[in-house]
Amino acid sequence: MRCRSSHFPKFQAVLSLPPYLRLVLNVVITASAEDQRCPEPDIARKSQLPCTSVQMQLASRSAGLQQTTFRFFYGSYARSVSTLVVVEHKSGQLATPTLNTVSAALQLGGDVTALVGGSGVQAVAEQASKIPGVFKVLVADTPPLEHQLAEPYSQLLAALQQAQSYSHILVPSSTFGKNLLPRAAALLDVQPVADVVQMVDKRTFVRPIYAGNGMATVAVGPSQKLIMASMRPTAFPRAEGARQGAPAPVEAVPEGVLAAAAAPDTPNTTWLGLQEAKAERPDLGSARVVVAGGRALKSAEGFKQLETLADLLGGAVGASRAAVDAGFVPNDLQVGQTGKVVAPQLYIAVGISGAIQHVAGMKDSKVIVAVNSDADAPIFQLADYGLVGDLFKILPELEAAIRDVKAKSAAAA
Amino acid sequence: MSKVLVAVKRVIDYNARVRIKPDKSGVDLTNVKMSMNPFCEIAVEEALRLRESKAVDEVVAVSLGPQQVQETLRTALAMGADRAIHISTDQQLEPLAVAKLLAALAHREQPRLCLLGKQAIDGDNNQTGQMLAALLSWPQATFASRVEVDQSAGSVKVTREVDGGLETLSCQLPAVVTTDLRLNEPRYATLPNIMKAKKKPIVSITPQELGVEVTQQLATLKVEEPAKRKAGAVLGSVAELVEKLHKEAKVI
Repeated sequence: MRCRSSHFPKFQAVLSLPPYLRLVLNVVITASAEDQRCPEPDIARKSQLPCTSVQMQLASRSAGLQQTTFRFFYGSYARSVSTLVVVEHKSGQLATPTLNTVSAALQLGGDVTALVGGSGVQAVAEQASKIPGVFKVLVADTPPLEHQLAEPYSQLLAALQQAQSYSHILVPSSTFGKNLLPRAAALLDVQPVADVVQMVDKRTFVRPIYAGNGMATVAVGPSQKLIMASMRPTAFPRAEGARQGAPAPVEAVPEGVLAAAAAPDTPNTTWLGLQEAKAERPDLGSARVVVAGGRALKSAEGFKQLETLADLLGGAVGASRAAVDAGFVPNDLQVGQTGKVVAPQLYIAVGISGAIQHVAGMKDSKVIVAVNSDADAPIFQLADYGLVGDLFKILPELEAAIRDVKAKSAAAA
Repeated sequence: MSKVLVAVKRVIDYNARVRIKPDKSGVDLTNVKMSMNPFCEIAVEEALRLRESKAVDEVVAVSLGPQQVQETLRTALAMGADRAIHISTDQQLEPLAVAKLLAALAHREQPRLCLLGKQAIDGDNNQTGQMLAALLSWPQATFASRVEVDQSAGSVKVTREVDGGLETLSCQLPAVVTTDLRLNEPRYATLPNIMKAKKKPIVSITPQELGVEVTQQLATLKVEEPAKRKAGAVLGSVAELVEKLHKEAKVI
């Protein structure tokens, strides 16, 4: 077997390893081999071809027919879809972007397998097995994956792909997915599609470019058998509701695949800690209502008023970059091209001018309300409803009025 | 003796208006102001600060693309980079191709650290750094808002901006770090430095010289304007707003 050793100087060293480790590493290294003399993956694929008994009979009837049938088989392989969705989870809980990614995967047709990687993740696997539409859950439960670092996780993913030959691997385009997928893709020599907002067909996707100022339709070329993509969660509904029938079967990934996460040449990264932002409110990415503030709130104290309004509406608090940079709120509340992308039912922009970088993160909200003292602020070109005026006067009025409406509708009901 | 390799990209200026070509083949870049990608500026700044704190000795800027990317390299040199490398090609480069070219260059240059922006504001892919790290088998720390090189330990401590908070990692060097917006405030190039930058070397090499074949895997079929929102109304009072939200939009 000859592989591209130029990109993998460590390859020579692999040959001196014991055979069982070599097997594990092979999986990762062949991933990027373009050599035709590395045929294992193809054989694996062909052996998974769908094959009905009728076709088998036809195939055995004559050699000529066999030829045709094989082509038919291969053709049906080319059309068949099997998708792996990488499950995002935090503190033993499945993260909601996973649900959006599963529903995107279901749009492709074919079986959807959910991969749960981590350490002590049985509970997450059980949650994944209850997602409607999930065919199977694969669990990679191993200490090296404890913090889901990209280095071991990408090796696991590459090894799993070599073993199972999925047609698609999808991740949510969260910081988790964005960190992991490109690394795994490079190991597999695949150019992934980032931040997909729409599936045109199995190989064609729509994604925003230039901060959402252009929507590009991209097709994955025929030379790329595997399609890897990250899915923008707000662009797909959640796979939720009652699952039909029993939970999906939960299986451990094969031993060899699991070992790839702990391959001896895994780049050395140590996890030191996580400083979690307080989350008393709904998650920004999935909240029904988002109340966001900009520099005009003047201080962290000013933001308290937004928090009251957000709590009243059962919503999350967001911010513009200016507000984050000024230190009013932590950066994980930033909405925009480089922050979070949200698409709630109601987005209330308070004291936000509406720069393109911010708009990129919220323009798909269903209803946009803008409160700004500058009547010429670009946010008003986007807002369904606008109020021009001093936000410090408007906010308390708004709060009182909403309380009023809520009280009335509660009384009516 | 250690060096940082900083990859910089020439993109449409972040303030420039993006126009889609009428034939939908892409974005019209004729007569549009081009600049260094903001995240790349932050990467250059961080490299310079590391040099100033004596954590590294040399800052090498690299850019890929047609002749014009040399302007971007000049900007990096004017900010303070020591020298620049231009990987010269007129081909379209996808992140995987860029990563392969950078990996080949890293094999030649042997930097201790590769710094990149977390994403380019044109393609918005957020992939190249991760791919480079994979191809080099180096650790990666993406979305960095704080970078501290510990020379004695041969590691870099990086605080990452992740959903829900800040994560801290320690990566063994050599490593790849991609920068988030909050890492630093890039400096402006002063006039004397701009003049000095003209004398600094920019070496051009081709993908062939690096032994990398550039292929394109994704085909852009069309680029369209995003759906326009209907113009809304500026209302007169809070009462009117709440009324509309309640009765018309039914979101309260």
